[in-house]
Amino acid sequence: MPKTLFEKIWEDHVVLTEPDCPSVLYIDLHLIHEVTSPQAFAGLRNRGLKVRRPERTVATVDHIVPTHDPKIGILDPQARNLIAELTRGCAENGITFHGIGSPNQGIVHVIGPELGLTQPGMTIVCGDSHTSTHGAFGALAFGIGTSEVEMVLATQTLLQRKAKSMEVKVDGTLRKGVAAKDVILALIAKIGTGGGTGHAIEYRGAAIRALSMEERMTICNMSIEAGARAGMVAPDDATFQYLAGRPFAPKSFESFRKYSTDDGAAFDKGVSIDADALEPYITYGTNPGAGMPVTGIIPADTPRKMLDYMGLEAGKPLLGRPIDVVFIGSCTNSRISDLRAAASVLKGRKVKTPRVLVVPGSHAIKKQAESEGLHTIFREAGFDWREPGCSMCLAMNGDELKPGQTCVSTSNRNFEGRQGPGGRTLLASPYTAAASALEGAVADPRRYL
Amino acid sequence: MDPITVFKGKSVSIPIANIDTDQITPARYLKGTEKKLGSVFFRDWRFNADGSPKPEFPLNRPGAQGVSILVAGDNYGCGSSREHAPWAMHDFGIRAVISTSIADIHTNNCLKNGIIPIVVDAATHPEALAAGEQNLEFEVDLPNRTLTLPSGRKVTFPIDAFAQRCLVQGLDELGYLRSHAKAVEAYESARPGR
Ligand code: SF4
Repeated sequence: MPKTLFEKIWEDHVVLTEPDCPSVLYIDLHLIHEVTSPQAFAGLRNRGLKVRRPERTVATVDHIVPTHDPKIGILDPQARNLIAELTRGCAENGITFHGIGSPNQGIVHVIGPELGLTQPGMTIVCGDSHTSTHGAFGALAFGIGTSEVEMVLATQTLLQRKAKSMEVKVDGTLRKGVAAKDVILALIAKIGTGGGTGHAIEYRGAAIRALSMEERMTICNMSIEAGARAGMVAPDDATFQYLAGRPFAPKSFESFRKYSTDDGAAFDKGVSIDADALEPYITYGTNPGAGMPVTGIIPADTPRKMLDYMGLEAGKPLLGRPIDVVFIGSCTNSRISDLRAAASVLKGRKVKTPRVLVVPGSHAIKKQAESEGLHTIFREAGFDWREPGCSMCLAMNGDELKPGQTCVSTSNRNFEGRQGPGGRTLLASPYTAAASALEGAVADPRRYL
Repeated sequence: MDPITVFKGKSVSIPIANIDTDQITPARYLKGTEKKLGSVFFRDWRFNADGSPKPEFPLNRPGAQGVSILVAGDNYGCGSSREHAPWAMHDFGIRAVISTSIADIHTNNCLKNGIIPIVVDAATHPEALAAGEQNLEFEVDLPNRTLTLPSGRKVTFPIDAFAQRCLVQGLDELGYLRSHAKAVEAYESARPGR
């Protein structure tokens, strides 16, 4: 029987399935960070257990790390404590830890691929919903809770029921100024934040094939915003070229070619998107499904609560609306190509937005950007060039909006208070964020490209 | 964990769709290592910045004292995988959440923390929400997968059979996984590189 990519990886990792029980699924790679793992290590200690396969777990710090000058150090005692707990858990169990000061430190979903840890055909989990990012390499990757982190640490397995499959087909060609971020925002606007619930999405079609690995990661990253369990793209030459030469990548890629959906394999459901018709997207509401073309009109049926929170009116455009902050960063859009895209809009221009910051996803990206002179373009435009981390994506590290401020952000969630209590988030691509930074208002990036 | 079978509880409605885990437990309260997070359950919807309660929020209404059943709008618990959300719910006293759909990761996290995720159909949902508005009492019968609404109407709800068994018998999923250690070893040795 023809099989989907998802089915192939699933079947390859089922250790056993007892009647009436979920499957025991083998986990190849477990990524951990400081916020969702301390309680899991504490749980192991209470049970007198050790990590079963420490070499299959890799740790970093990202959520709570400051992005200011490293010489200042970590001022928040709670942040110091979380990092100390992670450090202790790793040391007790022999887990590799890319901590502060390591050249490999960065956002967990950025460094996995960057180090070549993320590979086709793998099962990958992390106590973080954006683990779906790694699916861009043709891996089955999904977020788990802390109890499950403990289970993986202790057994290298998880209890899972098989997800249903969903095909998202994107055909055609993206037009200039339309980014991968716009594809995923358009998809979520179309199917809603629960549209993928219970399903593993496979992104297919000519427009997906034409994307770089970084763009595929942007799309897979936000699969969770459509409620999906996972998002994936079958590996191809672009995947192998990306991986070649990375520290933990294999030398040969031939064995990965089998990870693709067979002709005639059936999906449980499907949706298609026409890349030619897409425009730059932006969100206007308090969930990622509340998105529209940047030139659009806020829909009449937008819930009152949402409009009140955002300080917006239905029936009005967003274009030209003044903003207070622009944030370029997060595991969605903080990779080198995102920084290059933003810089291409900003080069030789000056921002009008009061506060603008760019936070690279990892030290490696920061270094690469600096070698290309991108930091100079950002700084000359008026941007703050920060140290890597999650930063204002979830505002745990002190980088946050003030109540009532509106921010165009390249991150993935516009929930109430996500970027700071009372803060208002408009999600958009790096192009749109950079163009908006220039105008001090929501802007269409196409006139700068 | 203590076994869970049949229980009754006073309800409360938060009739808002797409309630995300950032509302249930805002990120700035994820910095501790304790699970006692009841005081920050819905922190920013429940309290003003200065810590004073917002009287109109359902959890702050006089009738909402001691509620244990939460009736929420569609697609409850979307967003972040933080288990701090069910920790906050449980510590506050919530033992079941009722909606037309509950996000996948949040469902898993609830089941592991003694909270029953109850998905009802679109016809039952309005009745449940209305009952929660009045803080009426529901009954949950986990062994039989039934929810009794305050009107006396009974509906069955879906729940993963394995998770149900674990909750009813107070079994531990990690214990189950560990009991299969031999099979995992065999799996690994059959696959070079694993
Ligand atoms: S960048 Fe944002 S979404 Fe990504 S892992 Fe960090 S906090 Fe989560």
